[in-house]
Amino acid sequence: MRKVKLHDIAHARAGDKGNTSNVSVWVYDPGDYPLVKAQLTADRVKQAFPSLVKGPVRRYEMDQLHGLNFVMEDALEGGVNTSLGLDSHGKSWSFLLLDLDVEMPDNPGPALAT
Amino acid sequence: MLRIGCGAGFSSDRLGPAIDLAQKGRLDYLVFETCAERTLAFAHRDRKLDPKRGYNPQLRARMRGVLKACKENGTRIVTNMGVANVPEAAKVVVEVARELGLKGLKVAAVMGDEVTDLLGPDTKLFDHHDKRIAEIGLPYTSANAYLGLDAILPALESGADVIITGRVADPSLFLAPIAHKYGWRNDDWQALGKGTLVGHLMECGMQITGGYYADPGRKDVPRLADCGYPIAEVTADGGCVITKLADAGGMVTSRTVKEQLLYEVHDPARYLTPDVTADFSKVELAEDGRDRVRVAKAGGTKRPDTLKVTVGFDGGYLAEAGVSYAGPNATARAGLAADILRERLGREPGIGGAGTTIRIDQIGLNALHATAHEPRQEAEDVRIRVAMRTADRSACETMMWEVESLLCCGPAGGGGYRGQITPSVVTHSALLERDRVKPRVEVLVA
Repeated sequence: MRKVKLHDIAHARAGDKGNTSNVSVWVYDPGDYPLVKAQLTADRVKQAFPSLVKGPVRRYEMDQLHGLNFVMEDALEGGVNTSLGLDSHGKSWSFLLLDLDVEMPDNPGPALAT
Repeated sequence: MLRIGCGAGFSSDRLGPAIDLAQKGRLDYLVFETCAERTLAFAHRDRKLDPKRGYNPQLRARMRGVLKACKENGTRIVTNMGVANVPEAAKVVVEVARELGLKGLKVAAVMGDEVTDLLGPDTKLFDHHDKRIAEIGLPYTSANAYLGLDAILPALESGADVIITGRVADPSLFLAPIAHKYGWRNDDWQALGKGTLVGHLMECGMQITGGYYADPGRKDVPRLADCGYPIAEVTADGGCVITKLADAGGMVTSRTVKEQLLYEVHDPARYLTPDVTADFSKVELAEDGRDRVRVAKAGGTKRPDTLKVTVGFDGGYLAEAGVSYAGPNATARAGLAADILRERLGREPGIGGAGTTIRIDQIGLNALHATAHEPRQEAEDVRIRVAMRTADRSACETMMWEVESLLCCGPAGGGGYRGQITPSVVTHSALLERDRVKPRVEVLVA
């Protein structure tokens, strides 16, 4: 197995509503979707940023488009009106998720080439 | 087929590409979406200072840019640029029409979204653990309900060339012309769900044509500097193709559309608007030639019984001040500056108190993601940034003076001081029974 950055195999976009951030993650190659879906769980995202994401994380799956939507509550330092951060909308949170590692087989076999 | 363009996806969006759409888009409708929660709260503040303000500051420039071409091409304009002052905004559109010699141009003003007087100290804020307005501890300034399709349809039926609204749900600005064209009933949830998806995809303008998307080397976008606004071609069954002008920069691909599909969406199967509970969870996309993406299989169920209301509060001031360090040991020098500020600002009685929040960032190390993970160890160019929110303007000035004083009495080589104080607003959300909100339309003629 080898580690790759999610950024190498997927793209993402962040949005905000109040103090809730959502980041949708989309794999470039549909063949990578099962592996990303298996590894990038809501728990994994929650564990990765304990001091940022203070509320629950829910994941919605868009299998037909090979994408996952992460909804992170209490994850914007209070939200755009309250946060003193430079990026108070959390526009850059997409790249926080894309910085996570995913484990991939060294030579993707036919099992993944769906 | 109905062709709808989007000429603004937020209050400060670009004008030039909107003029291109008005002139060359062969559009039935051109929509400008410029109203966000904070924009609205700031607009109320503007109106309080001057009763003739409170609408989108770029309204006049935008109308001067597109009105003539739209009138000549039979393109009707739908926009929420009225923000917190729809009557004055409608007058501005009439003034511009007269200026351009467009005598007889009809402007429909959609009002009734302002519900400031319907809420009180006991109103619960559902986005804030059901706290009541009185418990927020800030001056309550405004409340606007999200109007929808039902409020905009009478304005379209009036035959107006320009429909100007305040707070309506963003997708409704697009759904209304579609429902009007195809005669959809306001309880045809499947159709309304499809039209709402068109609106949702279009409402952020260039976020679907390559904006908020480029990541060089991975997601390259052609001619992003001259990115074009999107066009939706909508058919009677609610299906649509998202595209753009052929000579505009940017691109429309299934990837740009996917990213926008879930932008600010939580549960894709339950996207709530005043018009419908839209279902985007089964949406399918197909590329249909260059810069054309076909969107299908949205749906919907019954609309919510209540309307969402944005509640605005006066949040006092946001003060920001900074000073920079560069070259060898810059990280340590910036760190020392931050320590000095913590020590000295901590002693100021006006700064540590309740209702005042303060934060010190080291830009270049980890400012944006400061609360997400550990900072990087070294950078050659670090900016100390102090941010503070308070109702006390003199506390802002004290903080800024402390930061500026570091130029002479702080670590070596500190430069580039800048500081500013800006007004701050706080918004929360409440729910209101639909029948308590009474939308109305007034038509003005140039």
